[in-house]
Amino acid sequence: MRDTLLNITGLTKAYGSVIANREVSFSVGVGEIHALLGENGAGKSTLVKTIYGLVKPDSGTMDMRGAPFAPTDPAAARKAGVGMVFQHFSLFDALTVAENIVLGMDNPPSPRAIAAEVRRVSDQYGLPLDPDQIVGDLSAGERQRVEIIRCLLQNPKLLIMDEPTSVLTPQEVEILFKTLRKLAAEGTSILYISHKLSEIAALCEAATILRMGQVVATCDPRTTAPREMAELMVGQVLQSPVRAARPEGAMALELTGLSAPASHRFGTALRDIRIAVRAGEVLGIGGVAGNGQDELVAVLSGETMSDNDAVLLDGKPVGRSPVNARRALGLLCAPEERLGHAAAPDMSLTENAAVTAITRKSLTRRGFVDWPQARAFASAVIAQFDVRTPGPQHTAASLSGGNLQKFVIGREIMQAPRVLVVNQPTWGVDAAAAAAIRQALLTLADEGAAVVVISQDLDELMEISDRFCALTEGRLSAPRAARGLTVDQIGMMLGGAHDMEVAHVAE
Amino acid sequence: MIVLEKREAPSRLWAWGSPVMAVLLTMVLGGLLFAALGQNSITVIRTIFLDPLFSEFAWFYRPQILIKGAPLVLIAIGLSFGFRAGVWNIGAEGQYIVGAICGAGVALALYPMDARWLIFPSMVLAGALGGWAWAMIPGLLRVRFGTNEILVSLMLVYVAEQLLAAMALGAMRNPEGMGFPGSRNLSQYPSAANLELISGSGMHWGVVAALITVIFAYVTLSRHVFGFHVRLAGQAPRAAKFAGVNPARMVLICMGLSGALAGAAGLFEVAGPAGQISIDFNVGYGFTAIIVAFLGRLHPIGIMAAGALMALTYIGGGIAQSSLGLPAAAINLLQGMLLFNLLAVDVFTTYRIRMLRKEVS
Amino acid sequence: MDLSSINPILFFASLMVAATPILLAAIGELVVERAGVLNLGVEGMMITGAVTGFIVAVATGSPWLGFAGAALGGALLSQVFGFLTQYLLSNQVATGLALTLFGLGLSALMGQGYIGIKAPSFPDIHVPILGDIPVIGPIVFQHDPMVYIGLLIALAVWFFLFRSRAGLVLRAVGENHDAAHALGYNVRRTRMLAIAFGGACAGLGGAYLSLVRVPQWTEGMTAGAGWIALAIVVFASWRPGRLVLGAYLFGGVTVLQLNLQAAGVAIPVEYLSMSPYLATIAVLVIMSAGRSPGSLGRIFHAAR
Repeated sequence: MRDTLLNITGLTKAYGSVIANREVSFSVGVGEIHALLGENGAGKSTLVKTIYGLVKPDSGTMDMRGAPFAPTDPAAARKAGVGMVFQHFSLFDALTVAENIVLGMDNPPSPRAIAAEVRRVSDQYGLPLDPDQIVGDLSAGERQRVEIIRCLLQNPKLLIMDEPTSVLTPQEVEILFKTLRKLAAEGTSILYISHKLSEIAALCEAATILRMGQVVATCDPRTTAPREMAELMVGQVLQSPVRAARPEGAMALELTGLSAPASHRFGTALRDIRIAVRAGEVLGIGGVAGNGQDELVAVLSGETMSDNDAVLLDGKPVGRSPVNARRALGLLCAPEERLGHAAAPDMSLTENAAVTAITRKSLTRRGFVDWPQARAFASAVIAQFDVRTPGPQHTAASLSGGNLQKFVIGREIMQAPRVLVVNQPTWGVDAAAAAAIRQALLTLADEGAAVVVISQDLDELMEISDRFCALTEGRLSAPRAARGLTVDQIGMMLGGAHDMEVAHVAE
Repeated sequence: MIVLEKREAPSRLWAWGSPVMAVLLTMVLGGLLFAALGQNSITVIRTIFLDPLFSEFAWFYRPQILIKGAPLVLIAIGLSFGFRAGVWNIGAEGQYIVGAICGAGVALALYPMDARWLIFPSMVLAGALGGWAWAMIPGLLRVRFGTNEILVSLMLVYVAEQLLAAMALGAMRNPEGMGFPGSRNLSQYPSAANLELISGSGMHWGVVAALITVIFAYVTLSRHVFGFHVRLAGQAPRAAKFAGVNPARMVLICMGLSGALAGAAGLFEVAGPAGQISIDFNVGYGFTAIIVAFLGRLHPIGIMAAGALMALTYIGGGIAQSSLGLPAAAINLLQGMLLFNLLAVDVFTTYRIRMLRKEVS
Repeated sequence: MDLSSINPILFFASLMVAATPILLAAIGELVVERAGVLNLGVEGMMITGAVTGFIVAVATGSPWLGFAGAALGGALLSQVFGFLTQYLLSNQVATGLALTLFGLGLSALMGQGYIGIKAPSFPDIHVPILGDIPVIGPIVFQHDPMVYIGLLIALAVWFFLFRSRAGLVLRAVGENHDAAHALGYNVRRTRMLAIAFGGACAGLGGAYLSLVRVPQWTEGMTAGAGWIALAIVVFASWRPGRLVLGAYLFGGVTVLQLNLQAAGVAIPVEYLSMSPYLATIAVLVIMSAGRSPGSLGRIFHAAR
């Protein structure tokens, strides 16, 4: 048994009537890689924010190496040896790598010394970075390196990593794991937050499982069956989606050498994209977000125009058709960002139903919106897709992520699309909702629609796609049959490990 | 410790309660301010808010509410579309001036022709077109070059004021005015005058236009797809684009609409209550309308009420100026304070206040 | 018309004077916007500074105290905006407009008894040796102290923003307030301080108008200078160096049109008076802005 580094006893935190953490207790050993496992909304984020001094608990205590530990702010936590790598990076796009690193340190050395330090640490752990680069120009993997180095420069005793692999290619994940194992071997404890069981089994020595704010189990992930952990985490047995064998349908959507500029300064331009999707087929597009996914969806939905002949719907050019003209022809989309893009946060579900359904559901009469009919449609979506809400008069922002996503996807599916394009359909969604959404997409394909699923979650894509291709730096690989693809093959398609120098990791 | 907690949905009660609270708060704070100036607070507040309605001379003041309220409501309705959609036309004052110049220009060019059926409608059209064109400058610049419409529309107010002076002193100066600045008096040119429709009521064509605009705006915002898209564009611009709203077109429509209404308001003013193009023709309706729009919750009915209230403060301020010697600026201060108070009280609409006891550990 | 009546030395010298109020107000707003706050109330703070500065200077007979009072007045008024936008989370555009409307009314009220009075004189300093250089001396080195203080403030702001840790934190807060909060920086306090600095600078700019440039108090005397300062911040792409350039460019236009008026050009005065505003619009169009701070104008609410 190794020494205990951090010990947490009876931590409770409530926000109004919502209890985020209830009587949470567990401990992390010195040099241990400890997994914190749980669904979205299980209370993992609140817990680690408490450890990092961002949230003050209502009750309960923490101690670090036997001494009481109650950080009042992140600076105090850092001083006590806690470092944190955030899921949504706490980085500043317009600032340089060095400036970003300095901002995460409490007693930073001079700018010149920082550059040297960055080089030293990045060599030591195989994480190459140029201190003078603007962070907004970096890839997701590189941005994560900035965060990690920022923590490592402070010699942390405990490193918290919040869902670190969601933005990495499989090869990058391997390199990250090597780095983390090396750190652990040197005596740094790591609190690793994830909902991906395979990763935890490969990396962690202990796991604490949270459900609805409470610790439901502690186990050794190397010896516990993943299925068992999944059930502990979700609290129910989940059904894998069912796929029927489908005959090959007619060509529904074709992109013939589509190019489009980046949507914003730090976006990615699309280059010569070619896709052919048949009716009844699910095409999975993998890749780390920020490689042109948003741009691709915008070009398909009609929010960005392209050459008219570059987008063909049932053989008809629609590249210059506006959004609603494409909807009329049956090309529907569900973008990644639920609040603010797919739905207006402060508007009711009835109004949000009208956002995309006006054309296909004929919700207007001579320019006037037929609100009763819109309400009926919203209610139908709510009923059909099991959206948990008191009624269609409630705002989109009042729904949980999973429920809103079911509403958004359901809204498109119930318009009976010819082609449906979805971007990150289950990102930040609880497991039950995610399973329901995947099943709904497969059912839609069975009924003869062409479905394009863009996702970072490779397991998801392998589960539901017929064919798979990868989007990297605005280019799309040639599609391959999804069945039988290995992780290594997928990694190669995703462009490997973006100039990561594996050799530098000194074992 | 006091913390703000976001409400699940904006409170409907507070949405309409906060303007009322803001008005009451302004009376209190305004009273304190007037006390500091050595006035009797109660008397001043009563003079400003009640005397125009209930005093001995109320028969004279009440029609003034329509006269002063109509341009405020016309302009504020136009602005409210833009403000809802995130298009910030701050230069209504300039569009108001240019509308007046264009409308008056038509009348002066045709003077002394006798054809009211032709001249007055042409003036209204020219006024609206003038305001529209002036507002299209910031609109087009934003759409074409991404220029900030707030700054451009505001700069154009100063340009319009210079243009007004140039007109009053030059091209439009009354040839029979013995060299004094200012144009012919349009209210004395029967074919062009915007006269009272019912004698002594204050009701002129501008009031009619304002009422029609309120109804039109109400129907559009609550029932029409365009109104839905306006609200969507303001709350979630990306969702609006996803719903098929063309952002550039939205900017141009909102700018154009508010410009045209401000221009028409200017025309009704110059052909009626003001009577002529003069150097000091504009009195800040274009800016006060911003307060009216917010105070009315960007809602047509609310704007009508807020317009009447603001007209009241103008009239009451005038009375207080002559009977109590209160400086004219005090009323501008009171109006600014009202907007401040509204924005402050508005926090209750979207947030809930919670008191937290500090834990002693 | 006699263009030869325009003296180039005098022209450039008065350009520096004409640019100073805009420069002062704009450099303050630059810091505010770098912190992620859009304060459209510059005009209101400027005119409040103009009247407070004037009142204090007349009462004490000291222009220096007048400037100090103006800075204080502008800063105090700005805190109303700060409280509303940072603590009550009000819309920054609307609140800024309210600040301008309120400031215009407040200043008119405060200045009631001061119309027609002359401000105490604020003598130019003749920088020794440098001031005697032909041509350059009279243009650059024979002004009142505020001209140089304005430039020093711009230099100090540059140093603060790009060479100090506090400046880096301020830029970080303006770039991504959620990330700055996650790292433990106090977003609200940083912004309140920036807003106060912006108010103080706007106050100084206003006082420069009422104490040096005009020098007397008239209602609405800023005549859009605060808005022009806002435009110059955009023109400058939020960089202090370019901001100085922009202010001087604007000063040049102002002085040129005044000189043309004096020279009796055959264009009515009113059309010449439009030119600074038209020039500002032209500048906004030609210099389509660089990248604005990432969190500019967004409401910060640390929910969880």
